[in-house]
Amino acid sequence: MTLYLHELKRNRLSLIIWSTAISFMLGVCVLIYPEMSGQMNEMSALFSDMGSFTAAFGMDRLNFGEFMGYFGVECGNCLGIGGALFAALTAITALSKEEKNGTAELLLTLPVSRAEIVTGKILAVVTQIVIMNACVAVITLLSVAVIGEEIELGTFMLLILAYLIMQLEVAAITFAISAFIRRGGVGIGLGTALLFYFMNIIANLSEKTEFLKYITPFGYTDSADIITDKALEPTYIVIGIGVALASVVIAYCKYTKKDIL
Amino acid sequence: MNIIETRKLTKYYGKLRGIENVDLTVQEGDFFGFIGPNGAGKSTTIRTLLGLVARSSGEAYIFGKDITAYKTEILADIGYLPSETSFYSGMKVKEMLSFAAKMRGRECTSYAKELCDRLELDMNKKIDELSLGNRKKVGIVCALQHEPSLYILDEPTSGLDPLMQREFYSILREKNEQGATVFLSSHILSEVGRYCRNAAVIRSGSILVCDSVEKLGHTGVKRITLRKAAEGVFIKNARDIKYENETINFLYSGDVKQLLSELASIDFEDISITDPELDEVFMHYYAKEEM
Repeated sequence: MTLYLHELKRNRLSLIIWSTAISFMLGVCVLIYPEMSGQMNEMSALFSDMGSFTAAFGMDRLNFGEFMGYFGVECGNCLGIGGALFAALTAITALSKEEKNGTAELLLTLPVSRAEIVTGKILAVVTQIVIMNACVAVITLLSVAVIGEEIELGTFMLLILAYLIMQLEVAAITFAISAFIRRGGVGIGLGTALLFYFMNIIANLSEKTEFLKYITPFGYTDSADIITDKALEPTYIVIGIGVALASVVIAYCKYTKKDIL
Repeated sequence: MNIIETRKLTKYYGKLRGIENVDLTVQEGDFFGFIGPNGAGKSTTIRTLLGLVARSSGEAYIFGKDITAYKTEILADIGYLPSETSFYSGMKVKEMLSFAAKMRGRECTSYAKELCDRLELDMNKKIDELSLGNRKKVGIVCALQHEPSLYILDEPTSGLDPLMQREFYSILREKNEQGATVFLSSHILSEVGRYCRNAAVIRSGSILVCDSVEKLGHTGVKRITLRKAAEGVFIKNARDIKYENETINFLYSGDVKQLLSELASIDFEDISITDPELDEVFMHYYAKEEM
């Protein structure tokens, strides 16, 4: 518990900045909707005529003229990329920063098992991601209330849940990487998140590359699918949760046996 | 009771040798010095004992318990000071000490304050703003505040000024008199000679010798100084020969009668025969190893 609180305290500034930035961007997107809604029909027509590019961002199945369609695309841009980068950044440094900063020797000679340290750190990462998403959800709902739009609450919560699960999977994978590396790894973390994001775009381009949806956590955050089906794709979710759990197990196995040099 | 005991303890980093077949025994209540130059294996031995690195082979026990099976239990009663102390940035001294105490599930505020006062360390300062010496003091208080029964200190006085070194050793002596065991690694031999009762010398990952500091000093080697002697004098079994200001200085290990008969044929005004300092003894063990 001490380590868990210590981690949250040490990362509070990063959490505040990322939560504020993503909430602000999404909030602004919502607030400018009334001004843009008049032009949405033209934009929908424009976007629907962009071939593969339209499909890549799911705009062939979303009605940009409706609030949920507009929100689905913006949510993907702000909470999708922003949330994944935050999750990757927080998790990739969770374990490796102790060795990078030379504090591992201090921490690992305290009477706490390595497994407890991994537990404290992964719980802190999960907590931060949940707090960030909760902030985003609250600010978005407040912004929606301000512009007087009606939102499908169930679909909205499904979208937030999908992004939360995606971020947790990205975090779990980068957390496992963190157990192997000794120095920072910010580049690896951000690179991993962006790789997954672009994998999803490529998966949307062609049927031949659709299998990538089973690999990238962004596969189950496709706003077009969620808004259309009003459900999450169970296959992707099960694979995602499985990969996340396996990653955490790998992190435990590696870190409990790792030589701290 | 053996507080630390290792049998053929070995650690390899891949193909690189860390330590090899280290046999070490430290008794309860001892003030034990672990001597060796940089890269000899002092820190690897300590890191293996503390579970920071996993042993490749051999056995190691602390408080009679296996270091791997009872690691957490063992660490609860150890105060460890690393050679290079790093702390979490942005923290104040008191916050760092409180974090370490909480992680141990202990309340150490009162003794931590006493230690800070004795070491002249301001608890309200941010660690980032402290000098190297003062950071070392934070590490010392972290290692001592929970009053463990075993202190493992890796190069403990590096960065401390002489006055603080004296105060630090005075605290350690008090703890040792109260029954705690002190195990310190150092390459400052005078430090080990002054404070430790027993010591081990390590080189290239292997223990060269382990004995009482007093016995380690009695190696049969003498430091001979001849004043007003001519340069180029040859004496059999003489080593480390230095000539300066008409004075010849050398270490002699061999038959004393043979030395006296050789000296009888040499011109000099004055002679002194003394036991060598611990660092010279250290060199003696190293020279023996190289032969």
